[in-house]
Amino acid sequence: MVYLTRKAEFAASHYYHNPEFTPEENRRIFGKCNNPNGHGHNYTLEVTVKGEVDPRSGFVVDLKHLKEVLNREVLDAMDHRFLNKEVPEFFTRIPTTENLAISIWQRLAPKLTTAHLHRVRVYETPDLFVDFYGEA
Amino acid sequence: MKAHLTRRYMFSASHRLHSDAMSDAENATTYGKCNNPYGHGHNYALEITVSGPVDESTGMVCNLTDLDTFVEKEILDRFHLQNLNTVPEFGQAVPTTENLSTSIYDILQRGFTHAHLEKVRIEETMMNSFEYAGGNEIRK
Repeated sequence: MVYLTRKAEFAASHYYHNPEFTPEENRRIFGKCNNPNGHGHNYTLEVTVKGEVDPRSGFVVDLKHLKEVLNREVLDAMDHRFLNKEVPEFFTRIPTTENLAISIWQRLAPKLTTAHLHRVRVYETPDLFVDFYGEA
Repeated sequence: MKAHLTRRYMFSASHRLHSDAMSDAENATTYGKCNNPYGHGHNYALEITVSGPVDESTGMVCNLTDLDTFVEKEILDRFHLQNLNTVPEFGQAVPTTENLSTSIYDILQRGFTHAHLEKVRIEETMMNSFEYAGGNEIRK
């Protein structure tokens, strides 16, 4: 089994707000992140796939395929977007780094045919990242 | 759904590697420059990984403010800009980064209740790092 990691970057804005909380609760729980005008990050995404090395190609996965899926399913949808307003799953789900990692997994997993998704890692900043392994 | 959240902190401290269980000659051989009686220092990078179900109402494994507040009070206030040989946690133990990793893990395990502690990772320099997960295998 070999693990392969592909890195990508995207820039997006978001804010944290739960309509079921009172304005005071939203401010207390989410702090500055509750500002409805949003704020942004340069996100770094690391997608790790695993599989046996194909004896004919020497690949775990065709990187070109992985890159195309990543661009189409994630970057086209999220890069230079306001996540709460432009990415459908975040109309209802709060776009925290945790939920971003889950959402990216859910976008990629069904589209990767030749390799198994092992881990999605999303860096919100260099000192904060989330790993999602597809666990319920 | 379960996610793992990692937060990175920086602190600076000095230490001297010296074991009372060894002769001076053994200490010098074992620890080399690190045995210098005056000590020396590092800029440590500390990564703490916690895990848990993502709360549907907040989208979070745990509120970062709770983690930051705990780490500031219980770890950074204790170790940042200190001489590790004088920090009570170490008692007679040699303040290697191995021992620093297990000490910090124990502090979190005892006191941080907002999420499950997965592991502690410390970079002593850019060239070496140490990970401790309470004796469990480390997931990559």
